[in-house]
Amino acid sequence: MWTALGDPTRKAIFELLLERPRAVVELAGELPVSRPAVSQHLRVLKDVGLVMDQPNGTRRIYRAHPDGLATLRTDLERYWGKTLANYKAVVEQATEESE
Amino acid sequence: MSTNTQMTATTIRSSIVVDAPIDRAFRVFTEDFGAFKPASHNLLAVEIAETVFEPHVGGYLYDRGVDGSECRWARVLAYEPPDRVVISWDISPYWQLETDPEKTSEVEVRFVAETDKRTRVELEHRHLDRHGEGWQGLREGVGGEEGWPLYLRRYADVIAKES
Repeated sequence: MWTALGDPTRKAIFELLLERPRAVVELAGELPVSRPAVSQHLRVLKDVGLVMDQPNGTRRIYRAHPDGLATLRTDLERYWGKTLANYKAVVEQATEESE
Repeated sequence: MSTNTQMTATTIRSSIVVDAPIDRAFRVFTEDFGAFKPASHNLLAVEIAETVFEPHVGGYLYDRGVDGSECRWARVLAYEPPDRVVISWDISPYWQLETDPEKTSEVEVRFVAETDKRTRVELEHRHLDRHGEGWQGLREGVGGEEGWPLYLRRYADVIAKES
């Protein structure tokens, strides 16, 4: 899920959906990417459970998934990914200095 | 920077290989936790002066603010240098202190020597569902277009701060 949000466009899409539910055409209107590209990113976000969709007339409305566990996982995923990456930098620096 | 991560519903696993001997890898992870934990996740109202990892079972991990305030956000459940450490995760999904131990998850960190100069660090954050109490109420509040729960907003704040 961390990887799912690692792409800047996907992250931007997810942030827009956190604000309020939107259709593909609205998302494409607010971002410098095509509609098919937005759909592709939405599919990835949907696969990892961050985003859900529902039909509304002729189009589908996408929203951030209101599932606490999914959100907590995403949050902790980012936290530990960042922590371990920082840790690697610190421990390797310490090792260099001691040699 | 490659961290390898996989997840099940209530567990997160993440690992990284570092160019350091196992003893140092363990020591830095515990003694210097404050040097690498993301600054954006601060539960205190003020800047953190130091993060302390008490090196024994029953000890705490706590942040001390520049004004002397403290936040004990984890308990040390296992401390076995240089192989393994387990801490509780006393932080709620809202990134606030959780005072009910029944509603806390746990983090196990294992250190495995790949060579005498390289160590694999395997992290497992498990029992995430224990934090779940109270989510139902939140979910019920999500029905309307405006009912986005606090944690989603908080999450968006975290993303904004980090980018």
